[in-house]
Amino acid sequence: MIKVTNLKKSFGDLQVLKGIDAHIKEREVVVVIGPSGSGKSTFLRCLNLLEDFDEGEIIIDGFNLKDKNTDINKVREEVGMVFQRFNLFPHMTVLDNITLAPVKVRKWPLEKAKETAMELLKKVGLQDKANVYPDSLSGGQAQRVAIARALAMGPKVMLFDEPTSALDPEMVGEVLAVMKQLANEGMTMVVVTHEMGFAREVGDRVIFMDGGYIVEEGTPSDIFDNPKHERTKSFLSKVL
Amino acid sequence: MDFRFDIIQEYAPFFLQGLLLTIVVSIISIIVGSILGLVIGLGKMSKKRLIRLPFEWYVNFFRGTPLLVQMLLVHFGLMPLFFSQPSATVSLVVSLSLNSAAYVAEIFRAGIQSIDKGQMEAARSLGMTHAQAMRYIILPQALKRMIPPFANEFIVLIKDSSLGVVIAAPELMYWGKAAQGQYYRVWEPYLTVSFIYLILTLSLSKLLHYLERKYSNQ
Repeated sequence: MIKVTNLKKSFGDLQVLKGIDAHIKEREVVVVIGPSGSGKSTFLRCLNLLEDFDEGEIIIDGFNLKDKNTDINKVREEVGMVFQRFNLFPHMTVLDNITLAPVKVRKWPLEKAKETAMELLKKVGLQDKANVYPDSLSGGQAQRVAIARALAMGPKVMLFDEPTSALDPEMVGEVLAVMKQLANEGMTMVVVTHEMGFAREVGDRVIFMDGGYIVEEGTPSDIFDNPKHERTKSFLSKVL
Repeated sequence: MDFRFDIIQEYAPFFLQGLLLTIVVSIISIIVGSILGLVIGLGKMSKKRLIRLPFEWYVNFFRGTPLLVQMLLVHFGLMPLFFSQPSATVSLVVSLSLNSAAYVAEIFRAGIQSIDKGQMEAARSLGMTHAQAMRYIILPQALKRMIPPFANEFIVLIKDSSLGVVIAAPELMYWGKAAQGQYYRVWEPYLTVSFIYLILTLSLSKLLHYLERKYSNQ
């Protein structure tokens, strides 16, 4: 589904990705963990080209992102993204937030888009919020709407960039529950998170990044119970 | 001190004429200035330095030099290149338009750049093109934020149009000056003119507050 080879990326003089190789299979849930500044968010943002990269290759669903003939907008239609700070459109109702892209990008008729949106809102438990504006939602509700908005495009892959880091602790659970349900339905997911419980329970594979490299990867039990590298051990000892 | 209302009475039709011209000139200038300003604002936001540069210098020049000087340049320098007998009113509109374009460009740029980067990223991540994201996500939010500074610019422009007196464009201030010249009286014409400007600008700010209230509860 996603194949990343020797990915390198610098911001000015600072190299944040120093050669990343990763292969993410269909229906796989990959959780990326690591200290802040390790490059994990940048890695995720490269996958839908929100960050351009300098070297290497990313192939998603057969599209080579660096190929001149690749229409990045087409790729993004298949790759949903959920942000740390939700980024809902504040001038639109919840329903309009969700239907906008299907109508404008996929050219669906409005009725069909609305139907899908209502189904998705039901799925995330917010069908009663369809006609309110985002600023009246709690953080957990806003993030669930953001997930529904990304799902409305019918993506093949979902990227989550620290989806619970901006939430009050009591709201983390409701967002993770939605993500877990999504994983159980077979969605291919790449999740950057600090929620180690989620990584262990839902992840098929855990990638530990530090200093712009993938230091270690493996099944959750490999990483959490038997970390091989010193850096993994010291990171886990601080967060667990 | 006696206050000669008869002067005001005598000049009332001229003040009315001047007022109408002031209003028309201001409206045309803010419209032309906005269109130009939009283009200049977009140009200033270009990623390419060479495209950005002329727009940046346009804004630098028109914001960094006195409007009075610009007006004299336009009326006695620029317009004679195109017309044998330049109209002062046209010169006034041209110089006000060029000047306000620079300010509108900055209002426009600031409005767009004040929108959180995450909005553009979210829109693009959903597969929207840059143009779609601008149209459906960024501009609707930016325009709302631009209303107050834009109305402010319009108010400033109305007051600045009084500089037309130096090139003898027959706007409101011109007739105030004429009355003063005829009777050697200061208070009557200039207070009357001030009062009319005040009514104009105050009603505009009232309208602005109304618009702000109307659009802020969304």
